[in-house]
Amino acid sequence: MGMEGIGARVTRKEDKRFITGGGRYVDDMVVPGMKHAAFARSPHAHADIKKIDVKAAEAMPGVIAVLTGKQLKADGIGNLICGWMIHSKDGSPMKMGAWSPLAVDRVRYVGDAVVIVVAETKGQARDAAEAVEITYKERKAVIDAVEALKKGAPQLHPEAEGNLIFDWEIGDGKAVDTAIKAAAHVTKVTIHNNRLVPNAMEPRAALGHYDKAEDHYTCWTTSQNPHVARLVMSAFYNVAPENKLRVIAPDVGGGFGSKIYIYPEEIICLWASKRAGVPVKWVADRTESFLTDAHGRDHVSKVEMAFDKNNKITGLKVDTIANLGAYMSLFSSCVPTYLYATLLSGQYDIPAIHANVRTVYTNTAPVDAYRGAGRPEATYLLERTMEIAARELGVSPADLRRTNFITQFPHQTPVIMNYDAGDYAASLDAAMKQADYAGFAKRKAAAAKKGKLRGIGMSCYIEACGIAPSAAVGSLGAGVGLWESAEVRVNAVGTIEVLTGSHSHGQGHETTFAQLVNQRFGVPIDSVSIVHGDTDKVQMGMGTYGSRSGAVGMSAIVKALDKVEAKAKKIAAHLLEADEGDIVIENGALKVAGTDKSVPWFQMALAAYTAHNLPAGMEPGLKETAFYDPSNFTFPAGCYICEVEVDPDTGKTDIVQFVAADDFGNIINPMIVEGQVHGGIAQGVGQALLEGAVYDGTGQLLTASYMDYTMPRADDLPSFQVSTTNTPCPGNPLGIKGCGEAGAIGSPPAVINAITDALGHDNLNMPATPGRVWAALRAGTKH
Amino acid sequence: MSEVTLVVNGRKVSGAVEDRTLLVHFLREHLGLTGTHVGCDTSQCGACVVHVDGKAVKSCSMLAAQASGSTVTTIEGLANGADLHPVQAAFKEHHGLQCGFCTPGMIMTATDMIRRYPEGLDEATVRAELEGNICRCTGYHNIVKAILAASKTMAKASKGKAKKAA
Repeated sequence: MGMEGIGARVTRKEDKRFITGGGRYVDDMVVPGMKHAAFARSPHAHADIKKIDVKAAEAMPGVIAVLTGKQLKADGIGNLICGWMIHSKDGSPMKMGAWSPLAVDRVRYVGDAVVIVVAETKGQARDAAEAVEITYKERKAVIDAVEALKKGAPQLHPEAEGNLIFDWEIGDGKAVDTAIKAAAHVTKVTIHNNRLVPNAMEPRAALGHYDKAEDHYTCWTTSQNPHVARLVMSAFYNVAPENKLRVIAPDVGGGFGSKIYIYPEEIICLWASKRAGVPVKWVADRTESFLTDAHGRDHVSKVEMAFDKNNKITGLKVDTIANLGAYMSLFSSCVPTYLYATLLSGQYDIPAIHANVRTVYTNTAPVDAYRGAGRPEATYLLERTMEIAARELGVSPADLRRTNFITQFPHQTPVIMNYDAGDYAASLDAAMKQADYAGFAKRKAAAAKKGKLRGIGMSCYIEACGIAPSAAVGSLGAGVGLWESAEVRVNAVGTIEVLTGSHSHGQGHETTFAQLVNQRFGVPIDSVSIVHGDTDKVQMGMGTYGSRSGAVGMSAIVKALDKVEAKAKKIAAHLLEADEGDIVIENGALKVAGTDKSVPWFQMALAAYTAHNLPAGMEPGLKETAFYDPSNFTFPAGCYICEVEVDPDTGKTDIVQFVAADDFGNIINPMIVEGQVHGGIAQGVGQALLEGAVYDGTGQLLTASYMDYTMPRADDLPSFQVSTTNTPCPGNPLGIKGCGEAGAIGSPPAVINAITDALGHDNLNMPATPGRVWAALRAGTKH
Repeated sequence: MSEVTLVVNGRKVSGAVEDRTLLVHFLREHLGLTGTHVGCDTSQCGACVVHVDGKAVKSCSMLAAQASGSTVTTIEGLANGADLHPVQAAFKEHHGLQCGFCTPGMIMTATDMIRRYPEGLDEATVRAELEGNICRCTGYHNIVKAILAASKTMAKASKGKAKKAA
């Protein structure tokens, strides 16, 4: 390992601009003539639009344009779509209701956009948006997914009878039923996975600029995948053909999934820019973000897990209802299906699994992928069930898991996934050692003397990352391929630009991707620039989500580097009058192995561009492109152990220790990986203890600000003890598995297992707020 | 409209603003100092923290007109001509940032915190003092580490200065 190569703890190249105020986010962009937008949004969860009167708004100071859904439709702008087709078990396609970027005749959740106002200042736009007069006729709303499926529930979309989007299944139901019948023990649990709001600190924003002279659009947007945004806006929303639409996602202040999707606002800002003849910028305020960013989770599941007399799991049956909100967001359908039910085998050898998933419309914000996306729901379900089963069976939670671990690889689960590598006992052992699991009883006794209830809980998670092999996801219904692209440009002086379809919104790609180049060619990372986030600069790419940028994005770079290396060696061999097979790259030079003959990297690069002395027939220049399509998912896994103290007087839970042992395969930069784990755990602890989106019965979001939705703050969290084990991933050239989501996936069950251990019963749902824990202490039954 | 005059990052600036203009919007939109961010509408997130007359203030909770006559330091002026202020350097060294959006507010809060605890800081104090700043990326782990490290570095530097002066 070099000072800046793979495995080095290099500080981040991108930090300088962020710590000095030089970051450039969408709201920082100023275009000459730019005006500001605000939306009139539905105050009702469900209503018919009877009349829209914009006269008063148009007369307000500074107002340039007030535009409605009818005008949008008249201009041929299309409806929003869900890009992953799921078929119900009866073979029928999912029932997608129409989602117009601006509602035309009906609104279906509080925050549904109805009218856009463009004005000189943001303040004037907001004033005028309030002056838009919309007459609504209210309908009854339904918020809860279970209620929405009941007969007589308010109906959201004529396309989806009974609010049912699809009724899907995976696995062998008969085999599971047989296992349950023959079981020595069956653990039955109902699992609630609470609805979350992603809350990237940068609110969503869009700046649309239509250039009339060029008949060309530019969209600056807070996106994790600008190329996908351009593709979808061109192909489905008829904003503009791809060659006339440039999408730029500059510095983006966190995403966590919520910035994958194409939302109404960026489409409308582009359209409004043409209509109004001015560049149009919209920036969400925080309450708008709460109301309209795609939410996460919101599942309720019935679980039956069957064991034989040796405590081996013989079958798992899951029946899940997933709330998808008022409209189907871009990838909403794959989250509670192929990103969820395919992970229900966890780290365990389970011979038979069956999952049934019903997805449902309700009058709430659309629900889509949020950090982990389906995998946290699967992990929480499994790891709570395992813990409860251990308590019922009277065995230690660690032993029950160990008894059931998969130990042979590759391992084919009954739910599609083929695990390629792992060592689950290694991470369990590492975590138990780090947590001093054996010393817990003493600590519990000491806590009891202080009047505190101490509990310990674990979670052994697995996830599927490196999303994803294109043909595989295509066969499962994906509308896109999930490969990645890279272009490596070696300049004439030997410095290097890497153009990537991945997008960094906090992950540190400008550093880690440069470390890879340094490892290969010895070029200092300061001489390597990573270019991303602009469809005019970078060829088609698929963006960043699903912990894919290392395993897929960097693999594409490896392929391009391979091609650069091959050509560089040919040039060097020619210059050194040697055989290209004898050329090695060391310390920034191309050398003839075993001799003192060498040519510095920059001199080889210069030779490529002067082209005075190249091998016969060789094209000048040194620039290569590659597309990489993964052969399999990757399977990060690990063990998290949480220790809590509950104050029985107040119900307040303090996390006194949190240990994470993760297997991410090979690691490029341990500092950055640790940071990803810290952040993921904080979000998972947030879900377990603090966070929850709450709608009242009429569909008003009660938790629509930071005064009402509890974000984890510094004093809610401990310092984390994180470490890694390593079984390299055999499926990609760098042996990387991915680390972006693990923390959020593995931590919620560890926290709840710890609290329920402290309480002595399992009657507790997330978020385990002090009020809930206090009530559970008084109401619960012993396990 | 209000006429405001203030010193921002050592430079005297003035302008006419709508009465309702918040200090943060004056800094961002009138002065182009976009390092100060807006992350919420309720003065909860702390992405907009600047120093007004030497103290940390959420610039979304103050009108530009109220700040008239004050001396304001933003993230852009914190290093005061040096390459990096020690708190900025510590955030980089300890990976105290990921997406960077909350970072300017965190650094301005941290600088003020260190000033108010010249005797030094411990982890519990840092965590309690950060109650007004939200970060969604880091889990605070490395922010806390960075602030503790900066506090030590700055204490050493001021001791060194004191010795020299003696």
